[in-house]
Amino acid sequence: MRHATRNRRRERFWESFFRKICLAAVALPLLILAGLLLNVLLDAAQRIDWSFISSYPSRKPALAGILPALVGSFYLVSLTAAIALPLGIGAAIYLQEYRGRSRIASLIEVNIANLAGVPSVIYGLLGLGLFVRTVGMGRSLIAGACTLALLVMPIVIMTAREALRTVPNTLREAAFALGATRWQAIRRVVMPQALPSILTGAILAISRAIGETAPLIVVGALTFVTFLPDGIDAPFTALPIQIFNWVSRPQKAFLYNAAAGIVVLLATMLVLNAIAVYFRHRLQRRWS
Amino acid sequence: MAITSSWRAYSDSKAMRASAIKRGTPRGIGERLIEFSLTGCGLLSVLTTLGILSVLVIETIPFFRQVSLAEFLGDSQWTPLFAEKHFGIWPLLVGTLMTMLVAICVALPLGLFAAIYLSEFAKPRTRQIVKPALEVLAGIPTIVYGYFALVVVTPMLQKIVPGLAGFNALSPGIVMGIMIVPMISSISEDALHAVPNGLREGAYALGAGRNATIFRVVLPAARGGISVAVLLAIARAIGETMIVAIAAGQQPRLTFDPRVPVETMTAYIVQVSMGDTPHGTLGYQSIFAVGAALFVVTFVINALGHRMARHAVSS
Repeated sequence: MRHATRNRRRERFWESFFRKICLAAVALPLLILAGLLLNVLLDAAQRIDWSFISSYPSRKPALAGILPALVGSFYLVSLTAAIALPLGIGAAIYLQEYRGRSRIASLIEVNIANLAGVPSVIYGLLGLGLFVRTVGMGRSLIAGACTLALLVMPIVIMTAREALRTVPNTLREAAFALGATRWQAIRRVVMPQALPSILTGAILAISRAIGETAPLIVVGALTFVTFLPDGIDAPFTALPIQIFNWVSRPQKAFLYNAAAGIVVLLATMLVLNAIAVYFRHRLQRRWS
Repeated sequence: MAITSSWRAYSDSKAMRASAIKRGTPRGIGERLIEFSLTGCGLLSVLTTLGILSVLVIETIPFFRQVSLAEFLGDSQWTPLFAEKHFGIWPLLVGTLMTMLVAICVALPLGLFAAIYLSEFAKPRTRQIVKPALEVLAGIPTIVYGYFALVVVTPMLQKIVPGLAGFNALSPGIVMGIMIVPMISSISEDALHAVPNGLREGAYALGAGRNATIFRVVLPAARGGISVAVLLAIARAIGETMIVAIAAGQQPRLTFDPRVPVETMTAYIVQVSMGDTPHGTLGYQSIFAVGAALFVVTFVINALGHRMARHAVSS
């Protein structure tokens, strides 16, 4: 009897011990994340101010700024969204509303799942071989945007499809019963319902595009740009490229610049994600 | 489900097509046109895959005209940018493998235990907060992790690990591991969650404690899903670029010592792209050859993962 109690007590000890280990496995990555952010913020405090945002790059770290990178990233991401969103949402509508179970649809589906797993640097090689060389766009903004658009397309398609899936079929049937054609039902009934979720997915895709570095390096973004891009065929730089350039330099002062650039990058993404959360919230309110 | 399938049957039926606006009328033409262009959007993803394949093949063929496959797979040195050129892929492959192994050694225990916590221990409310918080880790741009590995983790490790160089495989591997924790934890958690409660109750009824139930019943039942998580994480770690390009150094060498600088396949592509390697040279073509090797490796691992995922679901 006493033996059994001791065994039970030992078991209790190991149970709570294991539970603590599991808790630590959750806490540790989160603590590291917090440490990372804190460290970047402290380093960035050395450099970040208005002149950092409004200046051009310089060989002197204290004078160097991110204006061309910021403007470049803005153009790049706008172009990427303009290309990827219509095409991606169109593909999602096709898959979800037109060809639910056909052979082509399942082929496309498998294909999208595979594309989502292709390393981003390979998309860079695609952009270099296809857009820069074959199409002849050169190392330009539009070549970078096309590359990023193909890269984020799987995210747009998958999230938009998920959004369309949540729209109840009764709504479609009601629209058909009123004599709507398929496109009219999609355009006037299904899309308005699914739009907030689609936008959430779109913002996810855009914030992925903002942070992408490797494909842009391969496509040929410049690292030292002292002018603003003046068209879609202009050479360009982007925020992550500028950060990479500063990180690769040996001087400590440039590392502070890199940290300040990272803070600007993360702040932009934070704002975008806050907008996404807002849309999701509004959506939930509408359904409840 | 029943509603969905009857909807599908209805929407794909001839009756539905016939009831829609007749072909030939302006509105019917419009409908066909819209369907046609949406099909085009869908097919674009297939074209993307074909584009990747053809670009890699077209640029790799001239590379292998000058470099034999035997040298590519047999030589132990990779020096395409030096005067004396060697084209053995092994140093890059081993560098990639090593950073990936370090990352998995970090991410697997953390991700798996985190998944066990979320699925077996956490209250629903805690879960609702912790899950998205973990996902943030995967959303942070990799350039930020690269900075972190170089500026924070490497100096910290240098105090603990003797002989650790400023660039090494260890530090980017660890940071990469932290980054892929949410990937492993979220897929594993789904797998743990899918284990029927009847199995747990059966174990308890036989007198098993909580730990025994988790280790002997729940984990074995979920091992399919957990293996999928690990495979996808491996593919992700192999394709990861910026962390290793920043913190692992750019010196291709055939070594299993995680303390010295190495170069991964991805970092090599970045290194050449940063320099001025003219179009059409062997150096330019070599990044496509390396890219092709990278594509094959990640594709095989991903395909294996997706296949296992389907089996895990059907069984």
